[in-house]
Amino acid sequence: MNSYARSFLLVEIAKGFLLTLKYMFFMPRVTINYPYEKGPISPRFRGEHALRRYPNGEERCIACKLCEAICPALAITIEAEPREDGSRRTTRYDIDMTKCIYCGLCQEACPVDAIVEGPNFEFATETREELFYNKDKLLANGDRWEAQIASNLAADAPYR
Amino acid sequence: MPKLTINGMEIEVEQGTSLIQAAEMLGVEIPRFCYHDKLSVPANCRMCLVEVEGGPPKPVASCAMACGEGMVVKTDSPMVQKARKGVMEMLLINHPLDCPICDQGGECDLQDQAVAYGMDRSRFHENKRAVKDKELGPLIETTMTRCINCTRCVRFSEEIAGTPTLGQFHRGEDAEIGTFIDKIVDTELSGNLIDICPVGALTSKPYAFKARSWELKKTESIDVHDAVGSNIRVDSRGNEVMRILPRLNEDVNEEWISDKTRFAYDGLKRARLDRPYIRDADSGKLKEVSWAEALGVIAAKLKTIKGEHIAALAGDLADVESMVALKDLLESLGSPNMDCRTDGAKFDPTNRAGYIFNSGIAGIEEADHIILVGTNPRTEATMINARIRKAWLERRVKITVIGPKAELTYPYEYAGATPQDLEKFVKAHAGKLKAEKPLMIVGAGAFQREDGEALHKVLCDSADKLGLIRDDWNGFNILHHAASRVGALDIGFLPQAGGKGFEDIIAGTKDGSTKALFLLNADEFDARSSIGWKTFVIYQGHHGDHAAARADVILPGAAYTEKTATYVNTEGRVQMTHQAIFPPGEAKEDWKIIRALSEALGKTLPYNTGAELRKHIQTTWKTFAETDVLNGEKWGTFGEKGKLSKDAFVSPVKQYYLTNPIARASKTMQECTGAFAANTSAPKIVEAAE
Repeated sequence: MNSYARSFLLVEIAKGFLLTLKYMFFMPRVTINYPYEKGPISPRFRGEHALRRYPNGEERCIACKLCEAICPALAITIEAEPREDGSRRTTRYDIDMTKCIYCGLCQEACPVDAIVEGPNFEFATETREELFYNKDKLLANGDRWEAQIASNLAADAPYR
Repeated sequence: MPKLTINGMEIEVEQGTSLIQAAEMLGVEIPRFCYHDKLSVPANCRMCLVEVEGGPPKPVASCAMACGEGMVVKTDSPMVQKARKGVMEMLLINHPLDCPICDQGGECDLQDQAVAYGMDRSRFHENKRAVKDKELGPLIETTMTRCINCTRCVRFSEEIAGTPTLGQFHRGEDAEIGTFIDKIVDTELSGNLIDICPVGALTSKPYAFKARSWELKKTESIDVHDAVGSNIRVDSRGNEVMRILPRLNEDVNEEWISDKTRFAYDGLKRARLDRPYIRDADSGKLKEVSWAEALGVIAAKLKTIKGEHIAALAGDLADVESMVALKDLLESLGSPNMDCRTDGAKFDPTNRAGYIFNSGIAGIEEADHIILVGTNPRTEATMINARIRKAWLERRVKITVIGPKAELTYPYEYAGATPQDLEKFVKAHAGKLKAEKPLMIVGAGAFQREDGEALHKVLCDSADKLGLIRDDWNGFNILHHAASRVGALDIGFLPQAGGKGFEDIIAGTKDGSTKALFLLNADEFDARSSIGWKTFVIYQGHHGDHAAARADVILPGAAYTEKTATYVNTEGRVQMTHQAIFPPGEAKEDWKIIRALSEALGKTLPYNTGAELRKHIQTTWKTFAETDVLNGEKWGTFGEKGKLSKDAFVSPVKQYYLTNPIARASKTMQECTGAFAANTSAPKIVEAAE
């Protein structure tokens, strides 16, 4: 009986509208105006990859190939040889971002914090080829995001 | 025969066996750095400590302690674990822990054992020691800070290589390995230092930073740079050979290989023939063509030539399969003209015992008097030289040299340089050689002369007179220098009835009786100046070397790392290479090219797969039935009576590092020639396909 009355009087509908009205006028706003406003992200966020440099400009990567070895998606390709000064450096460092599953194992494996997954997640491209990153692209990413990457690493350091 | 117990397991061993060896027999692993079963025992790393119950109340170095009756050994007791942990901590005090940039990373004894037995952190807060790097030549990279002073390299260069250039200086923390005077390690075995170094102190210079051990594909194969047939492992990544390592075979190369075997692989990437070429009739230049065109040109040409005017030569790197296919093809064309002795050697190939290394390489260790005739084993077959040194080191075996006076790695008695000196020696010692198992090694150079066959007869007689041949011992050994030679002789790639040999074939190119010449990997003679210009030359091989420069048609073949093929070493041991990578470009496996050519000629050979061809070989020649075995050959007489010339014997190897097209194309080998043999200049590589 009770339920018949409820369905004839549209109680559920009224309840729904009331909730909407409550959020419209009396509750704090939860949506954001995305391209102009962004939500907070964790310092551990795993976004677009970057190769970092030391403060003196020397690239960190030493071509140990541990990231290549650990990558479960086989997205990383490295070739190496001695640089003119005899140090061990990569001649090729490619990441296929279409293969990458953003697991973050590469940055965990890196002994010199060279390869990191930075805070950037807005790197959609118009063509597939643009997602095949090479060493120049990764180093440029590192240069662009270094300040934030460094502060993120520092923020996370006490918990490792 | 002491009986002892290790970890509760009983074992009876021979007197003098060390605890570490006994444990190994039981499959009990004892970690070690300085101990190596082919080297002397210094017991200085202390990693192999074990507990002996009832013995001294302290851990015992198991590599230096001989097994005693009734010993009770524990290799995993708390005392041993504590001792290992302590030793490992001490070793790591001065080790830089730069594994990520170290080429040994991933295959490092110290890394593995630190994980297994070490602590997870260091308690050492002072500054670490740093040691200056040493210059050891173009092959070995040094990072001496990583050295843990196990002295394996010092012992190797002293004992196995016989060139004591390395040593340990100073004491305590200042101890370091180095050369006495700034001298490079001038031995053909120097690459083995890289293998025996348990850490990354000595690493390969050509391989530096190129690849990691875990990304390499490992293929077991056979070396072709000399006739020893060293067992190797080819490490490749993608379609590129990254390095070559030895593989254990106690009967052939033990666990060492020569530098040429190890480092000539970069020659596989340079000056390669990767597509067929034909010589343009108008311009006289080589031009790229398709396989169909190249085979068409050959077929058209050969159909106009009678069988007896066609000839074939097989060079030093040819495999048995392709030589059999070529021989069958020539027979179907009606040509008896073929030869494998492109070095101009003359000997009688009718008796197999007359052209192989009868005692086997391991037989050198049993010999008690070694006579070297016309050979410098150090350059012709480095691994055999190492065996002779081993025999000398262990038993001070007597060694006599008749032939070129060379700097060998053991002392010897010199008895002249000519065939006459040999006859004199035989006369003086006939029947009274004070030896149970005398052994004679005759170099390939002894036959590269006009009186080769007469000399073969003299050698056959001397073997009988000196008592080299007994029912249970055959000490008559021919040391070939070409990897293909014994295989070619076994299948009879020799002038058939009424056919011409090497010199007649070459002479025939000038007088017009050799109208078409097929060169299969034949690079060891100067094809450009010796072959007449009218002859139609087909070259099949993998490098643009001497012969390709003269060829009218070039058929690109596969190098030894790129094909599964049979080679027979100087002992007569049948061994197989295995394909590690694919041939470059359009190049194909060698026997397949000949099979395709036979089809173009309308004389299709009756085998379609490698397995069919090998079955054909095994059923036709019984020596190929089994691989990696030696069956003694029946002794007989061979050679032809003739006059001996008075010329001195010469070694066929003039420049050790540049003996074949692969080595000649190798940058590393050219650097070695510059560094080790400064007096001789490296010949320029001929690149046929400009």
